[in-house]
Amino acid sequence: MEQGQKPHLITYGTYVLVWLSLISLTLLTVTISGVDYGRIALFIALVIAFVKSVLVVSYFMHIKFDEAIFKFFILVALVTLASIFILTSTDIFFR
Amino acid sequence: MNSNFAMMNNYLTYKSKPGILSWLLSTDHKRIGLLYLVSMVVFFWVAVTLGFLMKLEMLTPGKTIVDAQTYNTLFTLHGMIMIFLFIIPGIPAVFGNFFLPIQIGAHDVAFPRLNLLSWYLYIIGGLFAIVSLFLQGGPIDTGWTFYVPYSIRTTTNVILPLLGAFILGFSSILTGINFITTVHRLRAPGMTFFRMPLFVWALYATAWIQVVATPVVGITIVMVIVERVFHVGIFDPALGGDPILFQHLFWIYSHPAVYIMILPAMGVVSEIIPTFARRTIFGYKVIAFSSLSIALIGYFVWAHHMFTSGMSDTSRMVFSLLTFLVAVPSGVKVFNWVATLYKGSIELRAPLIYVMMFIFLFSIGGLTGLVLGSLSTDIHVTDTYFVVAHFHYVMFGGTAIILFAGLHYWFPKMFGKMYNEKVAIWATPLIFIGFNMLYFTMFILGYLGMPRRYWSYLPEYQTLHIISTVGSWILVAGLVLMFGNLIHALLKGKPAETNPWGGVTLEWTVPSPPPVENFEKIPVVENGPYDFSTINGETNGKN
Repeated sequence: MEQGQKPHLITYGTYVLVWLSLISLTLLTVTISGVDYGRIALFIALVIAFVKSVLVVSYFMHIKFDEAIFKFFILVALVTLASIFILTSTDIFFR
Repeated sequence: MNSNFAMMNNYLTYKSKPGILSWLLSTDHKRIGLLYLVSMVVFFWVAVTLGFLMKLEMLTPGKTIVDAQTYNTLFTLHGMIMIFLFIIPGIPAVFGNFFLPIQIGAHDVAFPRLNLLSWYLYIIGGLFAIVSLFLQGGPIDTGWTFYVPYSIRTTTNVILPLLGAFILGFSSILTGINFITTVHRLRAPGMTFFRMPLFVWALYATAWIQVVATPVVGITIVMVIVERVFHVGIFDPALGGDPILFQHLFWIYSHPAVYIMILPAMGVVSEIIPTFARRTIFGYKVIAFSSLSIALIGYFVWAHHMFTSGMSDTSRMVFSLLTFLVAVPSGVKVFNWVATLYKGSIELRAPLIYVMMFIFLFSIGGLTGLVLGSLSTDIHVTDTYFVVAHFHYVMFGGTAIILFAGLHYWFPKMFGKMYNEKVAIWATPLIFIGFNMLYFTMFILGYLGMPRRYWSYLPEYQTLHIISTVGSWILVAGLVLMFGNLIHALLKGKPAETNPWGGVTLEWTVPSPPPVENFEKIPVVENGPYDFSTINGETNGKN
């Protein structure tokens, strides 16, 4: 570990908790897929997937405990992806 | 620096392994830069030959030397090789690899083995494209853009060159990751972000595009292959797919790729101009930030390649507006370069002459880009020679000319040899005249309605086609003279000094050629990158 970097220890309990949360969210996705939410069904599934990926990135990939620069890098990628979706939607939804 | 240290550790002669292996397995960033340089020059001349043959074919309407199908192959391969194997890796792979660590005061890049792997991936990607030429089905004929549904339906070899492009993408991503990490982690003590040379800033901005944009083309390529092999309806309308979706995905990568090509070139310009104007760059921070803003805005203008594809009117207006915004940071750079030259003590040496040529040609390329960025005028000239001319003014007149400028600027440092500068200067009018005869006529041809990628044409276009073809001969003569001069210098050139141009960035403090470890001791940086006060013996050039 580099000098100046804060030490961090994630307990097995936390890992198990995150794992259980991921399983629960997966079950939730599967369960609500049987309910007809109409146009917002996709949106709900994406929100759940987003929460799951935040858990994986934060705990399993340790980003929560890393330097701010890594969080910034991830933010750049996310903002870029969001911008691509928004700009492409100006075509798809207005054709 | 201790001269013994330099001589014993000359990176060109240093042997870590027997024979050629000391090059092919070298993790030294300078040797890897040269591996890229040699392979790229070979690919460049193959593509120049293909382009030369294309122009020869266009000398007369109908068949001159090749039939229509061969012509399709010629323009596809010319585009693919020039884009994927020459101009995208181009300046970052050669000069970036060689000079980024030296300019920030590091011994090497952050991941030297990954760096070597990226060269191998580059070669493997190139081989995939070459092998596809000789397999059953024949060479790819889709154009370098691989537009669907044709690329899904054609019987020529599409999958192998697509895989080649996929692999080349990985090479590009690895280089990008390496450069970002190197800039963040390996700067010498005192080398703050705002003391970095502008070439490093440009490479840094480019590396971000490489990392963030390239995966998109990888995914797109995989989807085309899946559709070709398994007939899954993704892009082909006959199978329920959306062909415009392909164009979105393709250009989401391929437009930022244009900035992968041009941004490092702009960085080289920002190095050469202060050296030969003997004064600090005008507007250092603004140029640094303009690189980042070009990278950022350049990412969001991709659909200006698709104005006539059937996109919605809303998106056409949005993308046209965004396209005009890119002109702002690009203009900032050009004005700052010119302002740097103003009242400078200009020494008109070979590298600066190439830079002057760049400013002229790139300005024409940039301004004609506005014609294409405007919706109404684009409809008139889209898919004509006008687009081909614009593209070549920006990419050849921009990136390739600056690659030549960089070669002449850094050649003494890279090889420790000096070329014949008179010959280098004599090559420039040939290149300039040939270039403009070849490509300016294409603007007129396009405006008059000559479509791109056509094998034959109406007789009224012939005079301009002849001028253009003769231009290609003059241009190639200039290129032969320029490369011949450099090869001659490699073999018989006089030894170069440590600092032949009076440059002040760190590479000019190490011997020519540099030692394996670059620096005997990592330097401590105390000034901005273009502080000429010590050389000029005055204070008005101080940062």
